[in-house]
Amino acid sequence: MTMPRMMQGNEACAAGAIAAGCLFFGGYPITPSTDIAEHLARELPRVGGVFIQMEDEIASMAAVIGASIGGAKAMTATSGPGFSLMQENIGYAAMTEVPCVVVNVMRLGPSTGRPTSPSQGDVMQARWGSHGDHPIIALAPASVLECFEMTVRAFNLSERYRIPVIVLIDEVVGHMREKVILPPREDIKVLERLRPSEPPEWYKPYGSSPSDVPPLAPFGSGYRYHITGLHHDEAGFPTNRVNEVRPWTRRIFRKIKANVHRIARCETDGVEDARTVIVAYGSVARAASEAIKTARAKRRKVGLLRLQTLWPFPTRTVDAVCREARRVIVPEMNLGQMAIEVERIVGDRKVRRVNRIDGEMITPREILDAIEGK
Amino acid sequence: MSVKHPPSAYTYLRHKKKFPHVWCPGCGIGIVMGAIIRAVDGLGLDQNHVAIISGIGCTSRMPVYMDFNTMHTTHGRALAFATGLKLVRPDMHIIVVMGDGDALAIGGNHFIHAARRNIGLTAVILNNHIYGMTGGQVSPSTPVGMVATTAPYGNTDPPFPITDLSIAAGAAYVARSTVYHSHELEKYIRTGLEVPGFAVIEAVSYCHTTVGRLNKLGGAVEMMRNLKETSLTRRMAEKRSPEELEGKIVRGVFYHDACRKEYCALYQEIQEKAGGAKLAARRISSMEMV
Ligand SMILES: Cc1ncc(C[n+]2csc(CCOP(=O)(O)OP(=O)(O)O)c2C)c(N)n1
Ligand code: SF4
Repeated sequence: MTMPRMMQGNEACAAGAIAAGCLFFGGYPITPSTDIAEHLARELPRVGGVFIQMEDEIASMAAVIGASIGGAKAMTATSGPGFSLMQENIGYAAMTEVPCVVVNVMRLGPSTGRPTSPSQGDVMQARWGSHGDHPIIALAPASVLECFEMTVRAFNLSERYRIPVIVLIDEVVGHMREKVILPPREDIKVLERLRPSEPPEWYKPYGSSPSDVPPLAPFGSGYRYHITGLHHDEAGFPTNRVNEVRPWTRRIFRKIKANVHRIARCETDGVEDARTVIVAYGSVARAASEAIKTARAKRRKVGLLRLQTLWPFPTRTVDAVCREARRVIVPEMNLGQMAIEVERIVGDRKVRRVNRIDGEMITPREILDAIEGK
Repeated sequence: MSVKHPPSAYTYLRHKKKFPHVWCPGCGIGIVMGAIIRAVDGLGLDQNHVAIISGIGCTSRMPVYMDFNTMHTTHGRALAFATGLKLVRPDMHIIVVMGDGDALAIGGNHFIHAARRNIGLTAVILNNHIYGMTGGQVSPSTPVGMVATTAPYGNTDPPFPITDLSIAAGAAYVARSTVYHSHELEKYIRTGLEVPGFAVIEAVSYCHTTVGRLNKLGGAVEMMRNLKETSLTRRMAEKRSPEELEGKIVRGVFYHDACRKEYCALYQEIQEKAGGAKLAARRISSMEMV
C-alpha cells in the first residue's frame, strides 16, 4: 500500500507516465505544463529513460514519434500555443499509427492569452487540430489521482490502438494539490504494443488483422520497413490507389469506432431519476458536484454525467443518460465546444450552456443558478 | 585507396517493390543514394542497424527505395524525428537525408540545434539550390540573381553558407562534394558515419527540370558538366583569391573534431549519475534483433 501524500496534478501526471513505462519525454517549457517536464527530467534517467528539451514543440512532437518508433513509450507535455505547433506531427502519428501521448495542460487562449488562467478551450483543437480526417483519443482528468490514472490509461490506449492519445488537463487540475493514495505497482495495469511474431519478410506494418490494429515492430529489431506520412499500402509504401487508400482509412476509423464502449468512459452520479442532468468534465465537474449537493438539499432532482473521455465522444451514454431528463446543463470554460456535441445528441432545445472564457473558474453558484433556471 | 566493387543493388534496394522511382531522368539524387549505399556497404554495417530518415521533397523520397529502417517524415523535421530515435537507440546508425529547403528553411532551427548538441546523426544535405518537388521556388541556398518561380526577376536573398553554418553551430564533421564526384562523396559519407558526433555532408547537385529551364543552363548533362568545371578542392582553393572563387564550388573536409563528446554518450553519463544506466543498457539490448 502506498502512503497518502500531497501531490499536484502535473506531478501526478509525470508519476503516471513513469508507472506506465514511459521512457522518453521530448518537450519545450510552457506554463502551466512545465512541472511535468521538470519532474520527468529528474525521473526518466533514473529508470533508464531519456529526457530532452527540444528547440520547440514541433521538434518535441517529432522526437516523441521518433523515440516511439525506436520502441520506447514516449510522451510530451505542453499548453495551447505549443499544442498548436504540434498539430502537424500529431497528424503524422495518426497517419503512421505510431503510439504517443500528448499532455495539454490547457490555459486561456487564443494566442498567448492568459498563461496562468484556466480554460477548456482546446477540446476541439484536440479533435480537429491536425489537417485531414483521422481518429483521436482525448481524456479529461478532474482530480490529481485521475491525472495519474489517466496518464497510465493514455499510454495503454495509445499502445493498444496505435494512436496518439491526448490528455486534456485544465490548469486548475494541473496545478491543484490534493491528498492522493497512488495505487501500488502491482495494481497498475500496463499494456505494451503488439509486436510481430511472423518472420520479417512477411511483416506488414499496416496489414489487416482481426483487431484492426496491426503489430508494430520497433526500428532496429530486424524488421525493415517503411514509414511515411503519405497514404500507404499494407507494407507502408506510398500509394495513390483508391483500392489501397480506402481500406486503410476505413480501418483506422474502425479500430476506434468498434471500441468506443471500451475507450469512452463516463462517471454518473444520481442520474437515474434526474430531471436535470449536468454534463461536465475536468475541474468544472467538481464545481458541478458542489452545486448538485446544494440543489439536492433543496429537493431538486439533479444528476451529474462526468465525461472522462472526450474523444471518441461517448454518444450512447450521453443519449441514454439524458433522454429522460427535462434539461441538460453543459458548463464549460469555453464557448460550448462540448455543448455542441451534447446538443447534437439530445437536441439543442433541452440544453442550457454555462460558459466562461475570462480566465476565471465556473463557480458552483453559477451552475446552481442554471439548475434553478435563473 | 582500393576501389571496392559496387555492392549488389539487390542487397540494399527495394528493387522488386519500389521501382521505377519518381525522379526526373538525369537527376543527381540517385547518385547520392548510390554513394550512401556504398558507404554503408564499405563499412560493413548491418542493414538492420541502419535507419534512413528524411523530410519532404524530391531528395526526401530517397528512403523508400532503400532496404533499411526507413522513415519519410514531415517537411523540415527529419532531424528532430531522428533525434528521438537516436536517443532511445544510440546503437543504430542513422542517416538523415534532406533537400536544401528541408534542411535550411523550414528545418533550419532543427538543423542548428542538432549540430549544437552534436548528436550522432549523419546529415546528408542534397543542395540543388532550389525547391525541386514544388516546382522551382527559391530556397535558402539559391544564389543571388538566379531565377526561380518565386523570384522571377532574380533572387535577392543571400544563400546560407552551409559548411560555415554547420561548423559555427557545432557539427563534429563537415564536408562538401558534388554528385559528379561520387567516390569522394561516398568517402565523406563514410567518414560521417564513423564520426561519433553530428556529421554534415553537403552534396551539391542540380535540378535541370526547374533551375536548368528557368535559367537556361541546359539539361542534366550540361549541369553535371558544370559541377565538374566549376568545382575545385580546398587545397586548390587556398591558392585563389576570393574574386577567383566567386561562383566556384569548393570541395573537401572543412571540419573534423574527433574529440568532442557525442550527445547520447553525454546523456548516458546523466543516466549513470541518476542510477538508470544499467536499465537503459538492458532495454537497448532487449530491442535488438529478433
Ligand atoms: C509544412 C509544409 N510546407 C510546405 C510543403 C510543400 N513542400 C513540399 S517539398 C517542398 C520543398 C522541397 O525543396 P527541398 O527541401 O529543397 O527539396 P528538393 O525537392 O529540392 O529535393 C515544399 C515547400 C510541405 N510539404 N509541408
Ligand atoms: S524536380 Fe529537380 S530535384 Fe526533383 S527529381 Fe526532378 S530534377 Fe531532381
